[in-house]
Amino acid sequence: MKEHYAASTNPCKLCTPLGAALAFHGVEGAVCLLHGSQGCSTYIRRYLISHFKEPLDVASTNFSEHSAVFGGRQNFLEALRNLNQQYQPSVIGVATTCLAETMGEDLSLYLHEVKGEEDLPPVVTVSTAAYRGTHADGFHGAVQALVAQLAQPSTPCGPRVLVFSPLVSPADLRALQGWLAAFDLPGSLIPDWSETLDGGPWKDYTPLPPGGTPVSVLRSAPAARCWIELGRVLAGAETTAGTVLRDRHGVAGHRLGWPLGVRESDRWFALLSELSDRAVPENLQASRARLLDALVDSHKVVSGLRVAVFGEEDLVVALSVFLAEMGARVVTAASGGATGRLRSALESAVSSGAREDLEVLDDSDFFDLESTLVHRPVDLFLGSSKGFKLAKAQNVPLVRVGFPIHDRFGGARIRLLGYDGALALLDSIVNAVLEHRQSTQAVGYTYY
Amino acid sequence: MDILRERTSHVGRAGEVAPILACGQASVAGSVSQRACVFCGSRVVLYPVADAVHLVHGPIGCAAYTWDIRGALSSGPELHRLSFSTDLREVDVIHGGESKLAQALDELIRRYRPQGAFVYSTCIVGLIGDDVEAVCRRASAQHGIPVLPVHSEGFKGTKKDGYAAACHALMKLIGTGNVADVSPLSINILGEFNLAGEAWILKEYYRRLGIEVVSVLTGDGRVDEIRRAHGARLNLVQCSGSMTALARQMEAEYGIPYRRVSFFGLEDVAQALYQVAAFFADSPSVLAAAQTLVKAELDDLLPLLAASKRRLAGKKAAVYVGGGFKAISLIKALRHLGIQTVVVGSQTGGPEDYETLRQVADPGTVLLDDSNPVELARFCRETGADLFLGGVKERPLAYKLGMAFVDHNHERKVPLAGFVGMANFAREVEESVLSPVWSLR
Repeated sequence: MKEHYAASTNPCKLCTPLGAALAFHGVEGAVCLLHGSQGCSTYIRRYLISHFKEPLDVASTNFSEHSAVFGGRQNFLEALRNLNQQYQPSVIGVATTCLAETMGEDLSLYLHEVKGEEDLPPVVTVSTAAYRGTHADGFHGAVQALVAQLAQPSTPCGPRVLVFSPLVSPADLRALQGWLAAFDLPGSLIPDWSETLDGGPWKDYTPLPPGGTPVSVLRSAPAARCWIELGRVLAGAETTAGTVLRDRHGVAGHRLGWPLGVRESDRWFALLSELSDRAVPENLQASRARLLDALVDSHKVVSGLRVAVFGEEDLVVALSVFLAEMGARVVTAASGGATGRLRSALESAVSSGAREDLEVLDDSDFFDLESTLVHRPVDLFLGSSKGFKLAKAQNVPLVRVGFPIHDRFGGARIRLLGYDGALALLDSIVNAVLEHRQSTQAVGYTYY
Repeated sequence: MDILRERTSHVGRAGEVAPILACGQASVAGSVSQRACVFCGSRVVLYPVADAVHLVHGPIGCAAYTWDIRGALSSGPELHRLSFSTDLREVDVIHGGESKLAQALDELIRRYRPQGAFVYSTCIVGLIGDDVEAVCRRASAQHGIPVLPVHSEGFKGTKKDGYAAACHALMKLIGTGNVADVSPLSINILGEFNLAGEAWILKEYYRRLGIEVVSVLTGDGRVDEIRRAHGARLNLVQCSGSMTALARQMEAEYGIPYRRVSFFGLEDVAQALYQVAAFFADSPSVLAAAQTLVKAELDDLLPLLAASKRRLAGKKAAVYVGGGFKAISLIKALRHLGIQTVVVGSQTGGPEDYETLRQVADPGTVLLDDSNPVELARFCRETGADLFLGGVKERPLAYKLGMAFVDHNHERKVPLAGFVGMANFAREVEESVLSPVWSLR
């Protein structure tokens, strides 16, 4: 067990409003407003930009000392009107901050005042105090708020399948959409930043980038055929966007792990197959076969490899499952998340042989992770750019996955999901190991 | 796209007889300001002090977003590149965070044996009313090192107020070291953060002039060096927005005069050397050395710049940076490359900066205070700017609009200060402006 320190050193998490900002950027025409100090918005913008390399506007109600004493009502209303004038958004997604939450700001009261103002778009609010949870919680909270606050029971829609997006790259979101299409399933991702945060050049200035889940899809969510939520840790959450649809609107749902690796992808495609009443298309079967072939071809490189995995809890679980499939051993599974469900999710998903020596560090930081390495060295790290310094100090390769990737190019295009995503990840892992051996061992690895 | 009504007085044009540009105010709610907060102001000023623990007292975000974000290099310890936070939770917000802060300080000081510690208060610390001063005082007494509170609650003003809070902490260190062996020919450089090793370039210039640099505030900074800063005879203030206040305090308390300088471009770098020579006029060797240095550097540099200018002439630039004084230097530097500045603005410029900009910039140049993406995009399109000088937040906007970009902010990886910096700058401008990628659009 890790020791408990009062000080956090090099965090393995970000704050809740960042996750909310990301979720709101996945709604078509939406703009995000943080209720608090200017710095929260600017830091979060800068951080997201460093990963996505895309313009990303996050507004602030810009608290002053006056608003901290007398309340943020005036700033809030002014911000709504100014945002509306400059961006003409379809939705304004408001996430609170530590400051507003500690002050006990009542946004519903403020919103009541502007009810009926004709040009204001719908406003979705989510409570995201950074002292409660991580960016992953803020993300899921905002998705839930979008569905809970925008859904209108009487709005008709076709028999759509709603997939609640996991915290993956725009490229993986495009893959998820492609698979719905491959099974001829009408469906939508909620939210969807596949284009908004990975788009092309602009012919003209575009304050809000094209793409994102249309508001009409959120409106008509109660009429959906079913929903799918991805993530074994998320599946243990009491309330999510999915459970809101189920409990309030009677929409049935499916909860799966991330489709990462062979078996988890099998489950995902089996579900799509069942929903569509179609066999898994041949190209996907071929893709699966290539993954199996590659796992055989590379198994001796990764066999017994001791790996430390870190990041959001569901990412950690999904990666661990695949590592177990390839014959590696997950030695440390670390996350800044503190849902309390990481261990049980790992135990139910990862084959016992691969986690014989597993240490689970939840609610942890990089100091905790480093401390475990003294007695439990690893051969490979799997996680975000934030592990670079640690990996360098240990002289262990780091395969970059997750968020943030800001010391390498193409974070927005990293593939993990499905057979082809897993294969791309396998290539990266195997090559990282080979490169490391090639550069550190006397035996030539001209041929692996 | 209309400019928000509250913002119109923050937008002007060079060459116009007009009321002074509105500045130094809180950002307009909902305007998507490019500024950060008070905490950010304090954090950027103190960040490069490499042998101190920088403990952010608050929930995790503020510490996470400022973890190793700048290229402020250290020649020795690198404590500044770690991220420390009290990571406050709900229970701390309810019951107060003092005991957690005290314990965190104790752990970190025992673990890293730093020469000092800075404790940054974030928004909610200002609300829950922790007595950070008292905790710091006790930790300082217990461990025998300075432990300095920085009152940087995000909502208590603008980024500039954060600079002031940081300077306040620095003032407590200054004057506590032994200055017996400080040379009479000595300076401090204030507002120089050693991004990509820039402070080392400048120190080497002054070494060649026979001048001792007692302390760089705060680039490649050490607590003990800062303690001795009052031994210097002259202060040079580079990032004037952040450090002029400190220079004034040092003048009042220790009688050290100061000069505002800039180390970007050609004239301004030369000027920064000659000003020091003029100050130490009693030692004529300083001026002679400065002349020799400037001549040697320019002999190398001018042909390079002339070649760049041939390739870049006629291009137009937009400049949006943190402080106004730097923008003035950049306009001049761009002119050496044949580039006209058509939009210029800053996050925290003061009235003097904007008046100078109004005079230095070509008539018609758009002037912006505390601008935002909508305005920046609009004016870049209107003026047909080819190049944007700014920071990470402006980069994707520039690229989407088809503009070349040079990072002139804290995250730059290539030194842009000094004469060598000007050569690097010319190269970087060329690499981006002349890239074939723009023709593919």
